Amino acid sequence: MDAMLIYKLILCVLVFVVSLAMAAYMTWGERKLAAILQDRVGPDRAGPLGLLQPVADGVKMFMKEEMLPGKSNRFLFILGPCLFMVTACMTGAVIPWGSGITINGVLYPMQITDINIGLLYLLGVVSIGVYGIMIGGWASNNKYSLLGALRASSQMISYEVAMGLSLIALVMMTGTLSLGEISRQQDAGLANVVYQPLGFLIFIICAFAETNRAPFDLPECESELVGGYHTEYSSMKLGLFLFAEYINMFISSAVMASLYWGGYNFPFQHELGLEGNTLAILQTVALFAKIVIFIFIFMWVRWTLPRFRYDQLMHLGWRVLLPLSLANIFITGIVMYLMGKLN
Amino acid sequence: MLSEYAFWFLSFVAVFSAAGMIFSKNPVYSVLSLIITFFAVAGHYFLLGAQFLAAVHIIVYAGAIMVLFLYVIMMLNLNKLEEEKRSLWSKSLSVAAGGILMLVLLAAVQRTDELNSIAAGEFNAAMGQTKNLGNVLYREFLLPFELASVLFLGAMVGAVYLSKKELA
Repeated sequence: MDAMLIYKLILCVLVFVVSLAMAAYMTWGERKLAAILQDRVGPDRAGPLGLLQPVADGVKMFMKEEMLPGKSNRFLFILGPCLFMVTACMTGAVIPWGSGITINGVLYPMQITDINIGLLYLLGVVSIGVYGIMIGGWASNNKYSLLGALRASSQMISYEVAMGLSLIALVMMTGTLSLGEISRQQDAGLANVVYQPLGFLIFIICAFAETNRAPFDLPECESELVGGYHTEYSSMKLGLFLFAEYINMFISSAVMASLYWGGYNFPFQHELGLEGNTLAILQTVALFAKIVIFIFIFMWVRWTLPRFRYDQLMHLGWRVLLPLSLANIFITGIVMYLMGKLN
Repeated sequence: MLSEYAFWFLSFVAVFSAAGMIFSKNPVYSVLSLIITFFAVAGHYFLLGAQFLAAVHIIVYAGAIMVLFLYVIMMLNLNKLEEEKRSLWSKSLSVAAGGILMLVLLAAVQRTDELNSIAAGEFNAAMGQTKNLGNVLYREFLLPFELASVLFLGAMVGAVYLSKKELA
């Protein structure tokens, strides 16, 4: 039991470090991809192919002068980015990063905790995430920051509804709220996206809105709000806001891969004739390949689509995605009834 | 033993943050204290094995309702709380109303032993799990559950109607 506890602690640290490393190199990837799409070179000064750019950025963030706006609430101003970062790192706890490694006959699952309310935990942490932006934006004592914070909160609440409802159809089908169980079910059958294409489409749109990514990046819309909720932030506090956005992107890519695209499973994995641990490592590699594809889609969309107008954003959330997700639940229910899957 | 420590810790946090919510002058601090209280209460649910209730408590109260509270406070910019001038008459009335509510609550707390509480041996810790809860809600208590949701729908329609001024 103690070995398991130590293993879990190591896994916690590992997930944390990997999230940070992924986020750091996503900033590099984003700049390179933007450069390619805009026919530029992108960062190429720090290291080969500009690969040391994230390190240079990090050093720059820490070395910059720290500014606190006058008449702002000092405690809340610092609490905002901290809270945003903490909630971004919390979601990694329930994601199954692999099937598990067997050492001396003991199975060490590649998941920090497989609680049977994993999906609800996920939704809960996502819904808490907005406080970081709101508190930071309000405490800045700046009207642009405040507008950004208000936009962020209304946008995230609106899209959480459709996101939760699109997950309900998935839960109806799988019959469980545990992410580990959902991944195991997809080992036996097909990936869930085959049965829930509409649910996945709604989920990915909501994921874009929840992570404040283009085309839904209205909380930090620079043409209207200077920098949105982080206008007044400088130095590493700004860094935390920007960094947490990349961690959110990484985690939501992992969630989409686990829920809809088979998780750590890959096609024909049992026909390769590989034994336990090699297969487990390959499965983790497969999961990360899926995550990288989703991250690429996030960035691709950002540099391709123009930003929504605010009323269009609300229209899409409430009048298109919400009815669609309800219809999806209804159709899922009818099909399950006709197939005799309901008892 | 560990859960007992957790119980005392959570109770301590819940009571102190609830007091902080009432006594803090800044409304934003009040909201934040209330959120901490919700988290502590959710921790209590978790200790009792009601995982679903704990998660939903966080999602609904901390994640949605308090965001709206914070939203309204920020919109109205209640940064400096203006001391409302109230007459002695209204103050004494509110004290009386609060006192009556406290009497009712105290009476209820005092008589909890008389209620047919479940013996420790019969307590089913697995009851709070999502599956069991769903079975009970949708099989045994389907009608009250649906009636409650109709009530919510009515409240929502009312809110939409009130906010549409041109219709009224």
